[in-house]
This record gives sequence, structure tokens and C-alpha cells, in this order.
Amino acid sequence: MADPVLIGEAMTGGYGGADILHSCTIAVEKGQIAVIVGPNGAGKSTAMKAVFGMLNLRDGHVKLNGKDITALSPQARVARGMGFVPQTNNIFPSLSVEENLEMGAFIRTGDISETMEQIYTLFPILRDKRHQAAGELSGGQRQQVAVGRALMTRPSVLMLDEPTAGVSPIVMDELFDRIIEIARTGISILMVEQNARQALNIADKGYVLVQGANRFTDTGQALLADPDVRRSFLGG
Amino acid sequence: MDALNAFVMLANFVLVPALAYGSQLALGALGITLIFGILRFSHFAHGDVMALGTAVVILTTWGLQSLGVSFGFLPTALLALPVGMAFTIGYLLVADRMVYRFYRTVRAKPMIFVMASLGVMFVTNGLTRILIGPSEQRFADGERFVITAREFRTWTGLEQGLALRSTQLLTLVVALIAMAVLFWFLNRTRSGKSMRAYSDNEDLALLSGINPERVVLITWTIAGILMVLAGTLYGLDKTFRPFTYFQLLLPMFAAAIVGGLGNPLGAIVGAYVVAFSELGITYAWRRFFGFFVPEDWVPAGLMQILPVDYKFAVTFAILVLVLLFRPTGIFKGKVV
Repeated sequence: MADPVLIGEAMTGGYGGADILHSCTIAVEKGQIAVIVGPNGAGKSTAMKAVFGMLNLRDGHVKLNGKDITALSPQARVARGMGFVPQTNNIFPSLSVEENLEMGAFIRTGDISETMEQIYTLFPILRDKRHQAAGELSGGQRQQVAVGRALMTRPSVLMLDEPTAGVSPIVMDELFDRIIEIARTGISILMVEQNARQALNIADKGYVLVQGANRFTDTGQALLADPDVRRSFLGG
Repeated sequence: MDALNAFVMLANFVLVPALAYGSQLALGALGITLIFGILRFSHFAHGDVMALGTAVVILTTWGLQSLGVSFGFLPTALLALPVGMAFTIGYLLVADRMVYRFYRTVRAKPMIFVMASLGVMFVTNGLTRILIGPSEQRFADGERFVITAREFRTWTGLEQGLALRSTQLLTLVVALIAMAVLFWFLNRTRSGKSMRAYSDNEDLALLSGINPERVVLITWTIAGILMVLAGTLYGLDKTFRPFTYFQLLLPMFAAAIVGGLGNPLGAIVGAYVVAFSELGITYAWRRFFGFFVPEDWVPAGLMQILPVDYKFAVTFAILVLVLLFRPTGIFKGKVV
């Protein structure tokens, strides 16, 4: 098996005070989708933030494309090829859709029109609304803006923190389809999801976390089929 | 003809002065609203820094005048503007380095920032008085009128005259250019867009690689330029007096809040709302009505809603009304 594009190995740490993560390992391979699921308070978002450098690790390390990035700030990780879509406040509401995308590409120096074109192809609705303020869009469209903004740096890994929180089931299916499309272009996806069943359905790899530690790790389909996982997390 | 005379009179005493005053307020309010949007606090030192910057412009103007330099029919003070601007930007950046940056790094509450800016206000106030003294200064030169009331009357044959002072026209022209350049900068340039992005969502801006210190630097620079413009135009149009500039703080803040804090377009609209209300409510409407109704219908009183001394009460009233019924302002602004 090839080396993973991104791996957070044996991560232990928290926001100061007690540890939230206990030797937790999360990895994603090129062009694949990895999903972190688990009960409330399991440290799903914390694990993702740890990978992104938003909390201090007491132990363990994070590697991107084989290089150790444990000591880097989130901004420096973006420059190295990580894209992050926060769960909330993930757009610039008073800026137009196009300006949101431009700001996503702020650290790039060259021509960004090609990347922008790719995003408009991926999310055609954004092309129609490109001069509209992003804050005026619907919840699903705003998520598309947020994902588009993160893609503007042409990251090798895209991290999504509960991208379908608060959107309707139809919009959720649509977003998952787009996420699969993004993965097909060779971008690895790491996401945290509340809708565990649907997320595992599209996942190449699933991580079930409980109390900040890995409980089950397998392919998405295998986890869905596992009676233990079904009983404890997927409601039978 | 009466209607035309009435309109000319109104223009002469209310519309043109309010337009000029509103433009001066707008330049100040734009600075306040930008600082509020980007740095997230109410900059109480605005009026006094304006006074200090204008004082430097005045001293430079006197220096130029004593060297025999003049700017033809335009005020010499325009030539002194760059000196005043450079000084004011430098002063604001030093204040930021010495005072505000500390509170920014510890992510202090907005109220603490306001108190800090109050301190800067007192210090600035003192510096201005040391530099130029507390009394009134006149520094306007060049052509005084574009059209005098007498010229207007002979030219149009109307009974009423409409005087247009050159400082009023200058104010309008300079304010329009400054606003156009500012909006172009905010909406079309990468730096301007990054400022709006930072104002919208600080965390996401950081994540996108926008350097906050650079955004702060640009904000103070723009605010400094606008302050010196506003202060100099106000001083040319009326007179310069440190205390008057401190008092301008109220109408400028009212303008920014009425328009919606953090919204530049709102600050401009709010400034004209405040200016027209102040002048309209303190104007004696008796003669204006005299043009429309028979003589014996005209009331004996001045038909003045409030005496001129109460113009700040008008601003306060607008402020209270807006905060009661539409706290986010005319255009939706931020609420802290």
C-alpha cells in the first residue's frame, strides 16, 4: 500500500487541561475519502483540528506527503497544500461569491482563473450567482462556496468539518456527490460527519472514534456491514 | 417665481451648507466605520486626531505662505495636505504600536479598546493644544467665492441670492473624489477585498493567508488620509478650533451608526442625514413660508424648531431614534 498523503499518527492532546485525544490515528490516501464518525463528544472535530494544527499535540505527529508538519501553524499548512472548511462561519458573507473564491486564493500569486473555472464547473450554481453576496445564498449554496473557497489553493488534501450540518437530505446527497467528484480529481478528502450511514457509504476508509481513541477502522462498506458498528453507532 | 425664490433661499441657507457639512462629516464617518469594521472598536480619538492633523496642515500652510508660496485661486492648505497626512498616518501607527496592538494580541473586549482610544483622545487633545493652542485659527486663502449672492442676483434677476463659497465647492469635489477612490480600492483591489474579508470573518481571513497586521496598517493609513481631508476641509469652510473638532465626534459617530457601523456606503448616507437634519431643524422657516402663503398668514415666530445652539440635540435625537428602532442602521451594519 502507498504511503498516505496525510496522516496524524498516535495523536494525544487537547485544548489545554485534560487530553481529549488518546493516541488517535487518522490517515487518508491519495484521491480517497476518509470519514471520521462517532458519537457526540467523541473528539471527531478535535481529531480533525489536531491534524490541521489548531490544537497542541502532546504526543504523536502529523505528516503531509511524507514530511513532518507537526510544528506548523494552520496558515503554514494551508500553504503546504491543506484545505480546511470549518463547520460554521466558513464564508465571507458580505463578499460576492467570486470575491470569496478570490480570497481563498489569496496566498497564490499566479493566474487563478483556471481554478475558478474548475470550481464553477463543479458547482454550476455558483457561476450563476457569482456577483451575489455569499451571505444571501441558501445553506447548501453557502456550503458550496465554502468548499470552493478551500479548493482555490489547489490543495492535495481537503478537510471538511461536518459539511452537511443543517442542510436538507436532498442537498446532502448533492454535496456528497460533489465530494466524490472532487476526490476523483485526485484530491484526498478527510471529513467529519454526523450523518454516519450516508458518509460511510461514500467513504473509502472510515474511522469510528470513541472518547478520543480509535474504536473501529476499516473501509466504509466493511464498517457498514459490521454488526458491532451497526448496533452501537448506526442504530441497528 | 415665488417658488423659485423660496428654493434659492433654502439652497443658500440650508441645502448647500448641509451638503458641504455632510461631506465633511462623511469623510470622518468613513474613517470611523472602517476602523470599527476592521479593528472592531469605536475610535473615540477620531475628532482629536483630526484636529492634530489639521493643526499640522495649518502650520505647514503658514510656513508656505511665509515663503511666498500660494496655490492661485485655491487655498494654500491643499499644498500642505501631504505633510499633514504623512504626520497623521505616522501618529496613528505609533498609537497603534504603543496602545492598540497590545489589546489586539490579547484579544481584549471592544469596551477595553474604546477606553484605550479615550486615553489616546486625551493625549492627542493635549498635544494639539501644545502645538497650536486652544484658540481659533483661520488659514483659508485664495478665492473666497465661486458665486457671490450679489452676482447670483444680477445674473438671474431673482430677488434671492445663492452664494457658493469656494470652500463649499472644494469640499464637495474633494469628498466625491475621495469616496470614489475609496470604493474603487475596497471593491476592486486585492488589498481592499482582503480588508472587507477581514472585516467579515477574521478567522477565515487568517486561514486564507490574509496578514492581519497589513490589513490594520492599510486601515490606519486610509483613516489618516480621510481624517486630514475632513479636518482641513472643515477648517477651511468654517474655522479651526481644537474643541470644535472634539465636538465633531458626536455627529460623525451618529452618521456612522445611523448608516450602519462597518458599512462605508451607510456612513456617507448617515452623514448627509445628520447634516440635513441639523441644519433643517435649526433653520428659521418663517421667510420660506412667506413665499407661499399670504402675508397675514405668516406666523409671528421664526418657525424654527430648535435654536442653533441645540444642533447637537438634533444629532442625539437621531442617534437615539435609530438605536431604538433600527439598531443596525439604515444599511445593515454590525452590532457589538
